[in-house]
Amino acid sequence: MQHLDGNAVAGQLADYFSFDVTAATARCNGCGSIAEFARAMVYRSGAGTVVRCGSCDQVLATIVEAGDRAWIGFSGVSAIEVRRG
Amino acid sequence: MSFITRGFSGRSRERDERLPPGQTLVHDFPVLSAGPTPEVDTAEWEFSIVTETGGEHRWNWDEFMALEIEEIETDIHCVTHWSKLGTRWRGVSLDTLFEDVETQYDFVMAHSYGGYTTNVPLDELLDGKAWIAFEFDGEPLDPEHGGPARLIVPHLYFWKSAKWVRGLVMQGEDEPGFWEQNGYHLHGDPWKEERYW
Ligand SMILES: [Zn+2]
Repeated sequence: MQHLDGNAVAGQLADYFSFDVTAATARCNGCGSIAEFARAMVYRSGAGTVVRCGSCDQVLATIVEAGDRAWIGFSGVSAIEVRRG
Repeated sequence: MSFITRGFSGRSRERDERLPPGQTLVHDFPVLSAGPTPEVDTAEWEFSIVTETGGEHRWNWDEFMALEIEEIETDIHCVTHWSKLGTRWRGVSLDTLFEDVETQYDFVMAHSYGGYTTNVPLDELLDGKAWIAFEFDGEPLDPEHGGPARLIVPHLYFWKSAKWVRGLVMQGEDEPGFWEQNGYHLHGDPWKEERYW
């Protein structure tokens, strides 16, 4: 099967990447629990922000900001559920 | 009485040569934590070095304290733009810890209590360049600063100096640790401003 390049999903992802994160749920890779981001634990350090699972403490997501650059990592979630408008 | 000020030489305030580019001097010790502070009792503390053969070198607290202990005075540089000059530590050199370790691998992943990891090339840990420190400024290392023991690699940005270190695992490749996976530089030399990808 033929594949398309990344541009093919740009519009689709752009729609979803404007979701309300606090209401979204995510599945933790560590313990499998599915919970709203709002229930996660957030640690802010100078190096970056770390979001940890409320059940098992594992890192769900990271945000690193440096001037005009930012890195958002979702290393600890298998998927995020977003409510469609 | 005579006054000599830098103003007379026509120069602006000189920069301290010990400060890498983009760094500012601080006198306190900011705390950077990506999670809850692990409380590790020295009675349960262990440190290990694991090689590619599965060979494991292990020290408990008493065994560790029986090793040759060095006084370290060094400047430290945090990626968040602060530097602290002439900090004083006591710890065990990685040269001592690696004395009987046989490995062909060139890279190390440091692992911490609490799950943090960071990667460092082996040759940047040897020859008097790195220590496992358990004392800062004459006092046992506070848990919030990484106690009971932390890695100290002062020639790299301070996120490489893993707090609450519990072991080093030899690696064939220079794989990224926790912050290195999430935006920070794989190497982290403050003199080259290797801050981010
Ligand atoms: Zn979890």
